Amino acid sequence: MSGKNDALLEFRDVVKTYGQGQTAFQALCGVDLRIAPGEFLAVMGPSGSGKSTAMNILGCLDAPTSGAYLFQGVHVERLDRNQRALLRRHYLGFVFQGFNLLSRTSAQENVELPLLYRGEPAAQRHAAARQALARVGLSGWETHTSAELSGGQQQRVAIARAIVTQPLVLLADEPTGNLDSTRSHEIMELLVRLNREQGITVLMVTHEADMSAYAQRIVHFVDGMVESDAAQPERETQ
Amino acid sequence: MYLNAILLALREIRRNLMRSFLTILGIVIGVAAVITMVTLGNGATRMVSEQISSLGSNLLILRPGQRMGPAAFGSAAFRVSDADAIRTQIWALRGVAPTVSRSAPLVAGNENWSSSVTGSTNEYFTIGNWQFASGRPFSDEEQQSGRAVCIIGETVRNKLFGRQNPVGAQIRVKNFSCPVVGLLVAKGQGAMGMDQDDMVLIPLKAAQRRLIGKPQDVTVILLSMRDGVDSSQVMTQIRRLMRERRKLAESEDDNFTIMDTRQIAETLSSTVGTMTTLLGAVAAVSLLVGGIGIMNIMLVSVTERTREIGIRLAIGALEHEVLLQFLIEAVALSMLGGILGIVLAFAACLVLSSVTQMPFDFDPGINLVSFFFSAAIGVLFGYMPARRAARLDPIEALRHE
Repeated sequence: MSGKNDALLEFRDVVKTYGQGQTAFQALCGVDLRIAPGEFLAVMGPSGSGKSTAMNILGCLDAPTSGAYLFQGVHVERLDRNQRALLRRHYLGFVFQGFNLLSRTSAQENVELPLLYRGEPAAQRHAAARQALARVGLSGWETHTSAELSGGQQQRVAIARAIVTQPLVLLADEPTGNLDSTRSHEIMELLVRLNREQGITVLMVTHEADMSAYAQRIVHFVDGMVESDAAQPERETQ
Repeated sequence: MYLNAILLALREIRRNLMRSFLTILGIVIGVAAVITMVTLGNGATRMVSEQISSLGSNLLILRPGQRMGPAAFGSAAFRVSDADAIRTQIWALRGVAPTVSRSAPLVAGNENWSSSVTGSTNEYFTIGNWQFASGRPFSDEEQQSGRAVCIIGETVRNKLFGRQNPVGAQIRVKNFSCPVVGLLVAKGQGAMGMDQDDMVLIPLKAAQRRLIGKPQDVTVILLSMRDGVDSSQVMTQIRRLMRERRKLAESEDDNFTIMDTRQIAETLSSTVGTMTTLLGAVAAVSLLVGGIGIMNIMLVSVTERTREIGIRLAIGALEHEVLLQFLIEAVALSMLGGILGIVLAFAACLVLSSVTQMPFDFDPGINLVSFFFSAAIGVLFGYMPARRAARLDPIEALRHE
């Protein structure tokens, strides 16, 4: 694996506790994890294993209770809410299981949303959004609202929205959970391509083995701990 | 950033057009009500205060009968000698004009019209602040002999002669004919909405003989006081004199009434002012209720759009950006309501002022105040829902169904 200073993301003894006193629940019990730039990592584990909690912290949506989370050497646990938001704005892209597109909003506008918060001028926004949509194979669908798109297409729009800012890391939370198997494989191949061609680090939560097979490395969570962490051979994609 | 936020807010309003409309309805009605009430109230106040001057200053009106009572028709008229007695005995009066009047048909050429014909003396013009547009007042000879000549108001001129100068023309009044010797400058509407210019004036004697048929009767006596005299003192003097002349016993009530027009006008105008304030306040309450309506809908909207807020936060929206978006949305809604309210108020004022014959004074002040008040309501009632949206936990918000 990569050397100590090369890690893009690093967990050091990360603990996350929900609640207080008697009802306290420890979702992560001291997790160490290092992710190098350009990796395609699948996070697996049964529900309640802490994989979602880990993803939320990795995505800077949440802060650890104790331990350290370094994002390119920056201690995320020391940042406040707004600083974490800025980190997400500039370096992270999110894809969710439920697509989470804005309803009654065109694909183009959905994809432009992150650029809007970055304050980019309209002309650049439009161009970047069209480009991102083209990259996920949705040229010509710009004006369609999410209600007019199939599930697979909606997830592509979501991916376009995540990559339009050219993020370092793409976090995908069960991106194929709501899709049939053909669409699922299409989405996975898209993610692999983005990983290989653009060098985007992809972190993906899944509980389906055929989806995790696309990843280079699989991390298994059980009861708030990393149970196994193994690289797997490169897989040929069509 | 601000431009973006405004854009986002407007887009959101457009996306929920029907709901947006219902949301701002309260503000629209509130703003419209406030502006309409205040504008019409101002119009009414102005109308009343204009009448103070058009009635003539320091004017007292003496008429037979109790003001409101049933005796009004039963009481005996005054005599010419009553007016003379007042003139000679009460020093504080500047002018005394005995009058009689009756409605009569008027004919000139092919035109005819029915108007109030009043008989009085030249003092009538000075007391009532009447100016001559052309022609002249009555000559002494005409007043003495009771010859039928007439001076007409603007409305009568319009009806009978159009735009032509009527001086020198002949009018047939009831069953006698008289030449027009003067035309009065228009005064407009009177205190109770009647047209003050719809009148014909002839010498008192002519009216008593030819119109009424009672050579000594006087129905109404107009009195103008000297400057700086106390009207209540003068009224007491007149009252004492009239009771004496009409031979009323101690126990009997007055069978005549003295009105101080300025007092009436002042009372009326302060009453109208109070009403305006009151109605404006009630309308302002409805504006406040409208604001609560906006808060209500914004809170619902925040709950409904929790997921959307989660998405925005996840992709890197800052707290204050989300706050601003919802705040701007609330303010944009309420300002839109303000604008629609102003438009509605303008239409309502136009219609109402033409129906009630009141002047329509467009008052930019109250329009601006209402508009900014509605915007302020948007800030006030939009802040709480907006803060709630901004403080949402992105993870929770994304999980929200």
